[in-house]
Amino acid sequence: MRRRWGRAVIPVIGIAVLVYLFIPIAVVVAFSFNNPGSRYNLTWNQFSLQAWENICGVPGVCASFVTSIEIGIISTLIATILGTLIAFALVRYRFRGRGSTNLLIFLPMTTPEVVMGASLLALFLNLRFPLGAGTVAIAHIMFIISFVVVSVKARLQGMDPRLEEAARDLYADPRATFRYVTFPLVLPGIVGAALLGFSLSFDDFIISYFNAGTLVTFPIYIWGAAQRGIPVQVNALASVVFFIALAVVLISQGVNYRKRKALQR
Amino acid sequence: MVAVVPTTGNAAPAATAQRRARTAYFLMGPGLLWLAVFFAIPFVTLFLTSLQVPVPGKPGQYMPGFALGNYPSALAEYWPQLVRSFVFSGIATVLALVLAYPLAYFIAFRGGRWKPLLLVLVIAPSFASFLLRTYAWKTILADEGPVTSTLNALHLLPEGRILNTSIAVIAGLTYNFLPFMLLPLFAAIDKIDPRLVEAAGDLYASPITAFRKVTWPLSLPGVVAGTLLTFIPASGDYINAQLLGSPNDRMIGNVIQANFIQFRNYPTASALSFALMAIILLLVFGYIRRAGTEDLV
Repeated sequence: MRRRWGRAVIPVIGIAVLVYLFIPIAVVVAFSFNNPGSRYNLTWNQFSLQAWENICGVPGVCASFVTSIEIGIISTLIATILGTLIAFALVRYRFRGRGSTNLLIFLPMTTPEVVMGASLLALFLNLRFPLGAGTVAIAHIMFIISFVVVSVKARLQGMDPRLEEAARDLYADPRATFRYVTFPLVLPGIVGAALLGFSLSFDDFIISYFNAGTLVTFPIYIWGAAQRGIPVQVNALASVVFFIALAVVLISQGVNYRKRKALQR
Repeated sequence: MVAVVPTTGNAAPAATAQRRARTAYFLMGPGLLWLAVFFAIPFVTLFLTSLQVPVPGKPGQYMPGFALGNYPSALAEYWPQLVRSFVFSGIATVLALVLAYPLAYFIAFRGGRWKPLLLVLVIAPSFASFLLRTYAWKTILADEGPVTSTLNALHLLPEGRILNTSIAVIAGLTYNFLPFMLLPLFAAIDKIDPRLVEAAGDLYASPITAFRKVTWPLSLPGVVAGTLLTFIPASGDYINAQLLGSPNDRMIGNVIQANFIQFRNYPTASALSFALMAIILLLVFGYIRRAGTEDLV
C-alpha cells in the first residue's frame, strides 16, 4: 500500500518540476503577444501582434541579434575544430602530460564566468588590446573548447573498437578507416557539440559583457534594455530562437530513434 | 587530413611510440595553446592586476606594483557581498538538489523509451535567453501576481513581497542552475541497476531504507558533480541579484562587474575575483574530500 503511494508520488513531483522549468518560457512567449501599457513589458495589458509583424521595429534589436549569430558561428566553428583534435589526441594517443591536459580542459567548466570574464579583460587591458567582436569571439572559443572536448571524447570512447578492426581486416588503410568508419561514427558527437557550443555562445552574457567594449550582442542588448524596459520584439526573437532550437533537437532525436529502430530490425 | 594511428597494437617500437606522441602534441597544440593563452595566462595577469597601485594624480590609471594590501582592503569593504554570494548559492544548490532529484529519478527509472525526449525537455528551457527567463520571474513574482498574493494570504512572507528580496534572488538562482544539477544526477541514477533496489525490497527493506542504503549512496557521484556544477556558477552570478533583488541583495559578481566596468577600479575588482576563485577552489577541495568519506552518506 505504502509502496503504491510512493510509486505515484515520484512521477507527480517529477512532472511538477518539469512544468516549473517551463513557466518562465511560457511567460516569455506569451508576453511577445502583449501590448504593454507602459515601457515595461511586465504586466499583461492587451493581445497584440505588433511585435511579430514588425520584429525589427526597435532600433538595434536585429543588429544585435545578427551580431550574436555571427560571433556564435565563428566561435563554434573554430572551437569545434580545436576541441575535436584535442579529443582525438586524448582518446587515441598515449603521451606525457595527460593529467595537466585534462586539468586545463576541466578547469574552464568549473570557473565562475565572472572570474573568466574579469581575468580575460585584465589580460586585454594590460596588453592594450582593443575590445570588440574579436575579443568576444576569443573568449567564446576559449569556453566552448572544453565542452566540445568532453562530448567528442565521450563519443569516441563509446565507439565499438571492433568496427575499426573490421575495416582494417578488410584491408582499409588508416586513412580510409578514418574517412569511412571513424569519422562518420564520431560526426553526430561533433555536430551535437557544435550545437551546444553555438547555444552557449549565443546566450552568453557575463563573459561577453566584460570583453565587448562598445559591441552589442543580443544578451548585452537585453541587459541594457532591462533598465529602461525590454521591447516586446525581444520576446518575439527569443521565442523564435527557442522554437527553432527545440525543433532541431527533436528532429535529431527522431532521426536517431529511427536509425536505432532500423538497426534492430 | 590526419591519419589516425590505432593504439591497440602491442609492443610498438620506441621510435613509433615517440612519433605517435608527437602526432598527439601536434593535434592538441592549437587548442591547448588557445586555452593556455586565453584561460591560464589571464589568471596571472589577474593576479598582477590585483597588486597594481594607482598612478598618483591620474585617477583610473594604475601601474605595476606589489600592493598586497589591496586584498584586505577589498575584503574589508565587500565581505558582506562575498559571504552573501556563498550563502545564496549554497541555499540555491540545496533547493536545486531537492527539486532535481525526484525528476532525475523519475526519468532514469520510469522514463523508459521517453527518456531521450524527457532529457530534451529538461534542457529546452536553456534555449530561451537566460536573461529573459530571469526577467520573466519579475512578472511571475510581481507584488500583485498570483504567487505573491497566495503566499501573502497564508501569511508566509515576512516582508509581504517576493520581488526585490533575497527570496527572489535565491529562487532565480535555483531555477537557472537546475539543469546543471539535473543532468549529472540523471547520469548517475541512470547507471544504477534497478534490480539492486528490488533486491533491497526483497530483503524486507522499506522503500525509505532501500533509498537510504542503496539508491542514494549509488547516486552520490551525481550528487557531488551536480552540486558543484550548480554552486560554482551560482556563486559568481550577478544577473539574478541585479534583476530580481534589491540593492541589499547584491552578490560579489555585482561588485566585481561594477568595479571593473563602471568604476574602473581594476586592482580591487581583480583582488575580489582572485579571492572568489581561491575560496571556491578551497571549498570544492574540502567538499570532494569529505564526499569521499562516509560522512555524507
